[in-house]
Amino acid sequence: MTDRVASDAPWVENRPTRGRRALQLEELWAYRELVAFLAVRDIKVRYKQAVFGGAWAVVQPLASAAIFTVVFGRLAKVSSQGVPFLVWSFTAVTLWSYFSTAVNGARGSLLANAALITKVYFPRIAAPLASVLPGLIDLAVALVVLVGLLVWNGLAPGPELVLAPLFLVGTVLVAFGIGTLFAAVTVQYRDVQQVFGLVLQLWLFATPVAYPPTLVKGGWQWVYHLNPVVGLVEGWRWSILGTPAPGRQALVSLAVGVVTLVGGLRVFQRSERRFADVI
Amino acid sequence: MGDNAIEVEGLGKRYLLGEDAGGTMRETLAGFARRRGRRPQRSELWSLRDVSFEVPQGSALGLIGRNGAGKSTLLKVLSRITEPTTGVSRTRGRVGSLLEVGTGFHPELTGRENVYLNGAILGMGRRDTNRRFDEIVAFAGVERFLDTPVKRYSSGMYLRLAFAVAAHLDAEILLVDEVLAVGDAEFQRRCLGRMASVEREGRTVVFVSHNLDAIVRLCPTCLWLDQGEVVELGPTSVVADRYLAAGVQQIEQKVFDEVPGARASLRALSVRNSDGTATSVLRRDEPFTIEVAVSVREPVRDLNLAVQVRTLRGVPVLNEAISDHPELHLGTPGEHVLRLEVPPVLNAGDYSIGLWLGTDFEDLAWEEDVVSIHLEGGVAGRPDRVLQLRLPWEIRPAE
Repeated sequence: MTDRVASDAPWVENRPTRGRRALQLEELWAYRELVAFLAVRDIKVRYKQAVFGGAWAVVQPLASAAIFTVVFGRLAKVSSQGVPFLVWSFTAVTLWSYFSTAVNGARGSLLANAALITKVYFPRIAAPLASVLPGLIDLAVALVVLVGLLVWNGLAPGPELVLAPLFLVGTVLVAFGIGTLFAAVTVQYRDVQQVFGLVLQLWLFATPVAYPPTLVKGGWQWVYHLNPVVGLVEGWRWSILGTPAPGRQALVSLAVGVVTLVGGLRVFQRSERRFADVI
Repeated sequence: MGDNAIEVEGLGKRYLLGEDAGGTMRETLAGFARRRGRRPQRSELWSLRDVSFEVPQGSALGLIGRNGAGKSTLLKVLSRITEPTTGVSRTRGRVGSLLEVGTGFHPELTGRENVYLNGAILGMGRRDTNRRFDEIVAFAGVERFLDTPVKRYSSGMYLRLAFAVAAHLDAEILLVDEVLAVGDAEFQRRCLGRMASVEREGRTVVFVSHNLDAIVRLCPTCLWLDQGEVVELGPTSVVADRYLAAGVQQIEQKVFDEVPGARASLRALSVRNSDGTATSVLRRDEPFTIEVAVSVREPVRDLNLAVQVRTLRGVPVLNEAISDHPELHLGTPGEHVLRLEVPPVLNAGDYSIGLWLGTDFEDLAWEEDVVSIHLEGGVAGRPDRVLQLRLPWEIRPAE
């Protein structure tokens, strides 16, 4: 048993932080199993007592897409860029649902794990990181349905499809960035919890999920693309359905996305040392 | 640095009370507005102040102190849950903490899943946890319920599993806070046994408990904290006794408040040496007298009074009642003074004296640890006994 005693183990220090804290990727890697475990835990807990289990992952986005089809497609006669409206909006809904679930999960991850945070040490970033993962399962299930819809409508993606994963990864990173930012803020200010549902609702309508991005005219396109999800949804739709490719304005989305990710992590790290005291 | 597992230097932890300690956004905005005028008053609390100590690898340190002394904060800093305000703490090796029973348990997950979750929290891989899995399950005795969500566990099972996980996973340093406050005697015995073997395995333990006996048994050294500062650090037997002596008022006599309407009540208690002087420091080798004044207003049938003498660790040594003497009667109205002479049988050390007044059917007064006394002049080298009787020996040649 004495072989377990690591007299040669390195010293780990706990001292007041001065200035900026480095992102401890090495440590995070050592805790990768915890990240996986927290993610799996969330999935298990979510479906453990739900009779229909995974079915919810299909029903919700499908219902949203159906509502958009009726309201925007049939009643408002909004263009769906030459693709059947249901398929067209469902494609965007899959990505958007993932995004909103992930952002919301990451935002609440510290509060959800408050018991752990005040009682044991682990790299705090593991909590929001783990909470952007479970949504991917729902997304995968929804994508199976999307494939079904494509086949049913006789639509075949072009070679752009190989780029689809890129837009997905981008969405994960942006969700992670925004989620960590708001996770840190929520610990300090519980008000954010109340406001956030509203923010996500507005955000949905600032994203081309139920209408084409071309609805926004001229110079406003640049402003419109300040929403990083706009570029991502455009690209996602383009790679799967062959709708018009994202234009130059998408670079704005990219830039904002990168800034969000870096900024979110930075804010998180600056405040993480106080989480256990404040939460 | 040598062979230490934990080193702490000048550690301080400040908590801000009031507006800046978090809260709603409105409070912060209001705070900003006010700050433009003048600096707001914030009250602060130093939960730890200039704490320094070292724990050698493979030894156990006990932490004692009253509630709010900073014990739990210290554990939180050691485990890196929170950052210190000043100073530094260093640990070498994996730190496992059992700051509260069931920490890191998720009620919806099964016992098995929770064991692995706790392993992951310690930064252990699935394979590492696997090696300890059977031991954990055996200790906790939950084999049949491994695949049941822990929310369906009885509180005893929950507790056993939580302790088993914390004590068996491969942490080189184990921080334990008050786990023994819960659970039945059998469980506590097993926990203590397990913690002793953790020590033998060469792991380092920091142990917080109000159960001083447990600390004395497990920890050779002990750190006494009061209001965030170190009062004393040293051998547990010495520190623990001083801590206890500080907890009881060092007074040789006590006058009780009058109880209006009581049929009988305690008036005063004093301890006197063989000269009849009231004092709290007495010679071990001379008898002393415990003097109690009792006031009886109405006749009370079979009124009884008992004096209890306990060691500071709470072991009752004497419990002398006047009912042991059928010829004595107390229940007649008036003021009475009762004297109990204690022969020189107690070992040197600190004792507390308590009083009970009542009948077979009711308690009229029950005052624990009213007065503490110190007996001086024991035989050195044998502090671990309560009685010192000088019983007669006889030596003669064998036949």
